[in-house]
Amino acid sequence: MAEIFVIDRDGVEHSVTATDGWSVMEIVREADLPIEAACGGCCACATCHVYVAADWLPKLPEMSRDESNMLDEAFQVQDNSRLSCQIPFKPELDGLTVTLAPEF
Amino acid sequence: MSATEPQAAPTTDAPIRTDMVIVGAGPTGLFAVFEAGLLGLRCHLVDNLDKPGGQCIELYPDKPIYDIPAIPRCTGEELTNNLLEQARPFHPEFHLNQQAESLTRLDDGHWRLVTSAGTVLEAPVIVIAAGAGSFVPRRLPLPGAAPFEGKSLHYAVRKMEHFRGKHLLVAGGGDSALDWLLSLQPIAASTALVHRRDEFRAAPDSVEKMRALVAEGATSLHFGQIAELHGTDGQLEGVTLKQTSGGEERIACDTLLAFFGLKMELGPLASWGLNLERNLITVDTEAFETSQPGIFAIGDIATYPGKLKLILSGFHEAALMCQKAHKYCRPDQKLVFRYTTSSTELHKRLGVAD
Repeated sequence: MAEIFVIDRDGVEHSVTATDGWSVMEIVREADLPIEAACGGCCACATCHVYVAADWLPKLPEMSRDESNMLDEAFQVQDNSRLSCQIPFKPELDGLTVTLAPEF
Repeated sequence: MSATEPQAAPTTDAPIRTDMVIVGAGPTGLFAVFEAGLLGLRCHLVDNLDKPGGQCIELYPDKPIYDIPAIPRCTGEELTNNLLEQARPFHPEFHLNQQAESLTRLDDGHWRLVTSAGTVLEAPVIVIAAGAGSFVPRRLPLPGAAPFEGKSLHYAVRKMEHFRGKHLLVAGGGDSALDWLLSLQPIAASTALVHRRDEFRAAPDSVEKMRALVAEGATSLHFGQIAELHGTDGQLEGVTLKQTSGGEERIACDTLLAFFGLKMELGPLASWGLNLERNLITVDTEAFETSQPGIFAIGDIATYPGKLKLILSGFHEAALMCQKAHKYCRPDQKLVFRYTTSSTELHKRLGVAD
């Protein structure tokens, strides 16, 4: 089974089973980890903001204009910031590590 | 997006009496107006946004929706406009830019709802169609921000005059940030804009005007994110910026206007004594009534076994809710079930009678 690693806001790492075709946001949400994802995954808010571990960044799909615009509404945006609803999981991402960004 | 704060001072106007007060003017609330109207019930709606439509209009006005029955494709804005048109024969009244604040039961069993703007509404039926809560400005998530809020740190402009002669720093890259920068620049002592990157999602015309001001030295432009606020007793003296390029910069200012979009929060209705389950209101599936008689919850905010957060679920819930609501509003009237295709009574209400 493929999995991803999610570091929560207390720094605790969770290993979560990852389903092919689900977005990373959906994988995190279905694992009952605290991700707001207010808009439900249509890239219309910034409440599924995560930091992606550096070595995984180049393996992700490129950021769309919509996504970088929405990141303007996030806080503490870093170079490795992504909206997790915009990262569809695929087998090559087995082992992906993301950190949940602060909520606000 | 709402650019003005609702009036905080309560007024002492006479209460408005109606059949149904709907909290939330999103798609579910709007369709409830229609269903209630068919049964001869009048509705008032309360919403914290400056326009009806809820998430459809605030979060995804241009995004296509494909799962509205018999509408293969429409945008959030189109859906809102269609629902408004459908509700029009029933003359819904909107109380916008205000949050439903308190709810109390009156001696006659009716409910009194007071909004943040001081509007007083009384009705036998309250319908909570509040989605994921009301939209409120996202606040600056810095530990030291609270003492400055409302004094020298603002998330909206209530009175432009308040900013005259100020050394103003505006944060954000959207329309609110740029529109207010452009409007306040002529009356402020100085203006600066901070945004995390050299790209702005605001209207191109505003971006051009802002860049012209920067070019002539009338406004300064900084790239980064606010990391710390400086000042005493709620009076801002400056901020430290973590620059996008990596360094730190201190910007002097006495007023900060921060626009980081809106977020949804349950707000005061969380303390209305209703049964809550993970920030959702539990209801029965016969009438979508809450634990309090006469208070209903429909749409995304309502939960019950098997609930799906779909707009179409909200429509169904609205129709069933109105059947029971009618009993509270017209206890002496027997409700006859009729179709809009054939009922002359309904045609009269819809304003389509020959």
